[in-house]
Amino acid sequence: MTATAAPPAPAPEAEPPVHKPSVRKRLVPYWLLLPGILWLLVFFVLPMAYQASTSVQTGSLEEGFQVTWHFQTYWDAFTEYYPQFLRSLLYAGTATVLCLLLGYPLAYLIAFRAGRWRNLLLILVIAPFFTSFLIRTLAWKTILADSGPVVEALNTLHVLDVTSWLGMTEGERVLATPLAVVCGLTYNFLPFMILPLYTSLERIDTRLHEAAGDLYATPATTFRKVTFPLSMPGVVSGTLLTFIPASGDYVNAELLGSTDTRMIGNVIQSQYLRILDYPTAAALSFILMAIVLIMVTIYIRRAGTEDLV
Amino acid sequence: MTDKTAGGDVRLTGISKHYGSFTAVHPLDLTIPQGSFFALLGASGCGKTTTLRMIAGLEEPSTGTVRLGEQEVTHLPPYKRPVNTVFQSYALFPHMDIFENIAFGLRRRGIKSVKKQVDEMIELVQLGEHARKKPHQLSGGQQQRVAVARALINHPQVLLLDEPLGALDLKLRRQMQLELKRIQTEVGITFVHVTHDQEEAMTMADTVAVMNGGRVEQLGAPADLYENPRTTFVANFLGTSNLIEAAVESAGDQVVVSAAGTTLRLPGARCSTTPRTGGKLLVGVRPEKLSLVPADEEHTIAAGRNKVTGRITASSFIGVSTQFVVDSPVCAELEVYVQNIERDARLTPGTEVVLHWNPEHTFGLDAAQDIDAGTETVEEGA
Amino acid sequence: MSAPLGWLRRHLVVIAGLATLAYLTLPNVVVTVFSFNNPTGRFNYAWQEFSLEAWKDPCGVADMCGSLSLSLQIALWSTIGATVLGTMIAFALVRYRFRARGAVNSLIFLPMAMPEIVMAASLLALFLNMGIELGFWTILIAHVMFCLSFVVAAVKARVLSMDPRLEEAARDLYAGPVQTFLRVTLPIAAPGIAAGALLSFALSFDDFIITNFNSGNTVTFPMFVWGSAQRGTPVQINVIGTAMFVIAVLVVLAGQVVSSRRQKQKH
Repeated sequence: MTATAAPPAPAPEAEPPVHKPSVRKRLVPYWLLLPGILWLLVFFVLPMAYQASTSVQTGSLEEGFQVTWHFQTYWDAFTEYYPQFLRSLLYAGTATVLCLLLGYPLAYLIAFRAGRWRNLLLILVIAPFFTSFLIRTLAWKTILADSGPVVEALNTLHVLDVTSWLGMTEGERVLATPLAVVCGLTYNFLPFMILPLYTSLERIDTRLHEAAGDLYATPATTFRKVTFPLSMPGVVSGTLLTFIPASGDYVNAELLGSTDTRMIGNVIQSQYLRILDYPTAAALSFILMAIVLIMVTIYIRRAGTEDLV
Repeated sequence: MTDKTAGGDVRLTGISKHYGSFTAVHPLDLTIPQGSFFALLGASGCGKTTTLRMIAGLEEPSTGTVRLGEQEVTHLPPYKRPVNTVFQSYALFPHMDIFENIAFGLRRRGIKSVKKQVDEMIELVQLGEHARKKPHQLSGGQQQRVAVARALINHPQVLLLDEPLGALDLKLRRQMQLELKRIQTEVGITFVHVTHDQEEAMTMADTVAVMNGGRVEQLGAPADLYENPRTTFVANFLGTSNLIEAAVESAGDQVVVSAAGTTLRLPGARCSTTPRTGGKLLVGVRPEKLSLVPADEEHTIAAGRNKVTGRITASSFIGVSTQFVVDSPVCAELEVYVQNIERDARLTPGTEVVLHWNPEHTFGLDAAQDIDAGTETVEEGA
Repeated sequence: MSAPLGWLRRHLVVIAGLATLAYLTLPNVVVTVFSFNNPTGRFNYAWQEFSLEAWKDPCGVADMCGSLSLSLQIALWSTIGATVLGTMIAFALVRYRFRARGAVNSLIFLPMAMPEIVMAASLLALFLNMGIELGFWTILIAHVMFCLSFVVAAVKARVLSMDPRLEEAARDLYAGPVQTFLRVTLPIAAPGIAAGALLSFALSFDDFIITNFNSGNTVTFPMFVWGSAQRGTPVQINVIGTAMFVIAVLVVLAGQVVSSRRQKQKH
């Protein structure tokens, strides 16, 4: 391993430039990159390769697995578990939309209307992170408990009639229904929506609002034509930061849902850790990865925001 | 460590800088005499800052050498050169207070007791009560003085100033120009000053090098540059010039040219190119050298002066003087600055006038150049 | 008549925002309240009566405090690892031009653009194939891996906004490369590095999915909570959750007070 990261020598130039930066100087960035990139190559890229090879193996735990280029696994896995895929995308998508609808007013409030309360509100948004998210997710079991005040209230207001017509709840329960899972997902990833939204809203010069008002725009038009378009980078990164982790989540489905709300994450987890059918599990996570990457790519293209992160 | 080589000029020999295929500075020879106030003047992108950075050691020249006195420093890193810089927008360390900013250079050279020197320096730039403040708590002018103090405390052989007054408003800029000039005279260090502001360069510097497109167009004392520009770029970039395209009728000590039927004269010695009979010449004259009379008073003009007829198209009153634009057959927009000693009420737009000036005030330039070079860049910079 | 309506319209954003805030903080309130519960069964989901028992004996549950200390250790080491490696990458990306910049940028971005479970599963595939025993080290390796990208993003943002002339000024004022880095670059980049480190710590300490796949029989605190969701949730979990919350809020508030004091003193 001696300086393999050295770049190939640049092509000789026609004119004789007398002074050139020394080789040592040119190697500095490669030395800086080496350990971290090596780490990612060995523990991120290489595992992907192993998983790829696992996904085309056949065999059993007792006899061992061999690479047999058995691509059939992908088709079998997809046909068997496509309801869970669809459910994952549906739940994650719904949670993302809800996060945007709930998060935008709060981000807007903190950015433009909070005044001296701004820092306190920001701390309150980040504060939930300070408690383990599993403990907080379990708290929803209490909040949404059968015949608890929340469920009673929703029942009295006939909200549950609507949600059960939508297929989100059953009877007078919320726990162990899709609604509970979506509610948990929304809750868990809400700060990841609010913070990027806040960052991009906060950058907007408030004089733009005044200028729009001066040019005959009503507050609603100002929002539609000025504020919202300028907050697009925040909307895009917020929705990505919500949708991507939500699509692979299995914690909320496990803790707040039932066997009818199993998401693809639950399947992958149990295939890997309980059933020990590694090829199927590997194929499933590749399918999930492909779906997410394709959707994200299309989304970023359409949203037209090239420079994220 | 700085006084050993004192008595040295800055000598640049054939230095140039390429970035890939782009040439920022063409091979350049320049000698900056010790103790002088030297300005590199030009529009943005002309290579002046790159030249300065090569002297500072922040940029390595692609070719050529940099010498300070007898010492060659071409490949010395900046921290080993007896040269300090006042950076554009100052680059004061935001995490250190004023005292620590000024003490930085001394401390890095391992000087233990810096208190006395730093306090003296802070007094010199009149920032006594601000010593423990952070840079962002000071005004632009104060920050500028800290930047100068931080560099000067090291007694550099050469002080480099990169657009040091660019961020200040006009009034403060005038004040700091005088201040810097005073400091330079007091400490006697060579100052190399980079600026795009021609007035600033002319007020402060003993010698000005006008740069354009990575080359030095002309170098000299401010008055010399102004009176005897050798290129259209210098003529237009430094102040304003009226340039008239003319045909040479006879050459010699006295050059006679004609433009649109008007005969003009100028001294052969003031031509930057050798005029040839039958050839072309750009004839130039500064707006303040021109006088203006209504057409019916042409007879009052003394004999032997250059005369041009025309009509006033615009006039603007700016206090000390009135500026006229005159449309004439030789040039569509002749500019004339008339001092407001006795204002002639008849000189209003539409009036037919005769312009006249002393032929000695006329200069001649090579007609092969772009007549407008340097005019647009002035507006950009302003 | 229209006065209350108008008021409502003007304050719609405030009301909606505060409602979201309530949604966001409600679980924390529940966690805190239920840390004083005295549940009858194995699960702490329904209110019975006020009790200080759990607060008096926070480590009274077998293995819980052990898992907590393990999580803290892993979070500490993975923070150090990810911060050092990530800061180096961030500096290389911002300060140098080199081949493969685009590839490096994508490699940094990918772990953030991928569902955690995909990385979790593939790491497990690697460890299984290589016959590496799952436990402390595999958790640490995984945590450094996924924290790295976040550190790079945080440090990069800070270094990008830093005026390169500051370092030039330091070099001009007789500071060699090492001195320039220690006295100018590092102090100015520090807030970005600190942000990256804090984020790493939080991500690592609270990580469940990747740990779930790669921990073997080792039990971190999130793993303990997960297990107890199946076996029975002791009140002490809520005590720990509440204590963490209070401590973190106090630290943040103290930081705010100190920095605003410092601001005032200067004026």
